[in-house]
Amino acid sequence: MTLNKILRNTLLVLTACLVLSACATKKEVATEIKGQMQGDVYTGTDTVEYLADGVPDRVFFATNESILTTASRETLRAQAAWLRKNPNINVVLEGHADERGTREYNLALGERRANAAKDYLMTYGISSDRITVLSYGKERPVDSGSNPLAWSKNRRSVTVKAN
Amino acid sequence: MTKKILILLFILIPFNANALIEVDITRGNLNPLPLAVSPLSIDELSRKGFEKILKKENIGSEISNIVENNLRTSGLFNPLDKKAFLQAPDIANLKPRFEDWNLIKAQALITGKVNYVDDKLRVEFRLWDVLAAKEMMALAFTTVPSNWRRVGHIISDKVYERLTGEKGYFDTRIIYVSEEGPKTLRIKKLAIMDQDGANNKFLTLGNELVLTPRFNPTSQMVTYLSYFKNMPRVYLLDIETGTQEVVGDFPGMTFAPRFSPDGKKIIMSFAKDGKSDIYTMDLENRIVEKITNHPSIDTSPSYSPDGKYITFNSDRSGYQQIYVMKNDGTDVKRISFGNGLYGTPVWSPRGDLIAFTKLHKGKFYIGVMRTDGSGERLLTENYYQEAPSWSPNGRVLIFYRETKTDSKGEGFSAKLWSIDLTGYNERQIKTPTDASDPSWSSLLSN
Repeated sequence: MTLNKILRNTLLVLTACLVLSACATKKEVATEIKGQMQGDVYTGTDTVEYLADGVPDRVFFATNESILTTASRETLRAQAAWLRKNPNINVVLEGHADERGTREYNLALGERRANAAKDYLMTYGISSDRITVLSYGKERPVDSGSNPLAWSKNRRSVTVKAN
Repeated sequence: MTKKILILLFILIPFNANALIEVDITRGNLNPLPLAVSPLSIDELSRKGFEKILKKENIGSEISNIVENNLRTSGLFNPLDKKAFLQAPDIANLKPRFEDWNLIKAQALITGKVNYVDDKLRVEFRLWDVLAAKEMMALAFTTVPSNWRRVGHIISDKVYERLTGEKGYFDTRIIYVSEEGPKTLRIKKLAIMDQDGANNKFLTLGNELVLTPRFNPTSQMVTYLSYFKNMPRVYLLDIETGTQEVVGDFPGMTFAPRFSPDGKKIIMSFAKDGKSDIYTMDLENRIVEKITNHPSIDTSPSYSPDGKYITFNSDRSGYQQIYVMKNDGTDVKRISFGNGLYGTPVWSPRGDLIAFTKLHKGKFYIGVMRTDGSGERLLTENYYQEAPSWSPNGRVLIFYRETKTDSKGEGFSAKLWSIDLTGYNERQIKTPTDASDPSWSSLLSN
């Protein structure tokens, strides 16, 4: 919420910049964020790896949230289909948070995010025996930046092959 | 080894009952008390004896430097420049010429003497009230020479206590997490050091991620989170023997551990199926009790000093807030109602306050509130800071602060800081590497 607001304000300022077309660097930033975030959920593909062709390994979350977006559900359905085709593969779901929260709460939040992904995989027929959940809280960011875009890439649950 | 250190303490002369000088520590002290720490005098034979064992040219001066540094960093005292001292240390210790000390505006004077006796370090010191021309306190210690830094800390504690009326916090240690490497792959190790940053020692090698170490009441054991074998679990570490063990047999992540005030239990969170609840485990009989039972995240538990209550962090209202409940999990009350998110509540050792981290409008604050949530006071604001831990006398908070990375992803740092409960005297505590998650020990000598 707070972040949302900040982000909205930033976008407002940046849009103003665009209109005035006076600040070239900020213009680039603005389009970059616009292309890669929806609300404050990351929608880009910079950090995404693939478990198989057309099967992205991660889903992203809004600040303080563990709700799966439409895009996240689509990714997880692809993962579930791939897991059904490869019944011998087990996975670890690694939940992460951004750096803008206290360490212990973020550990719990990472666990909650990974479990949201786990629950969804289970509803698509993947047995819980094949899924381990692991939270890193804010300990393992993929982007070390201190900005909304970097934070959005770090709020994630990553499906990793366990064997 | 710390606890087995032989310290004989005896009073040479009874305390003078009437308090003479007093230092008020309840308000921000903008006029620290000017005081003179005369170097402890040492005879040539003792000096040479210690030089040989400790490789310090003059152990008397070294000890007084520790005292001076401690008193200065407390923010309550202003140790005067030794160059201005007129009286020689040995004579001052026998009978100060109060006019001389008065002349340089010292209100209190610390003098003393160091001897090398039977392979032991014997230190005596006196605290004088310069204006009243009276001795306020005189004490002597005998210990093994390698303990010389602790002697300096104990003298500092005695002086602090005599002048403020409250126990000091100098003969203490800090356990923390040492951090190195890139932000995306930090190497973290448990480290321990004296409160003033001396005697830094690493307790783990950095092979696995470790977080949130906390002392037990006797400061011999530490509970912390380790990712050993990629399974985040609460561990117990004996600092002296180095023995480590997992706490409890939970089928999932345990985290956010702390000891109960009697040291018999560990309270922590256990996360399962997206829910984190608070549990305790009795260290003697291994009995595990579930304290909270709620679909929300319940974490960061901390006992009141009498053990009857627990403060914790929960998002059951929708967002992170601070709650207080009875130690059996009943009577849960939300106590934080200000704007923003609240986390990491820690009960003061004095019992009257809860320190916390607050996140509001993109800034992080360290603050305190009464245990019913009233009287919220924010002590410091920054880009990122969290995890306050109380000094054993409940007057100072230590926490960690991180800096922003720039557009190239550089410039990140994590450092330990301390601030007085009054909101004054904010200081960085120097560590050999970056540092986070500090926990303050109890007073090692009592």
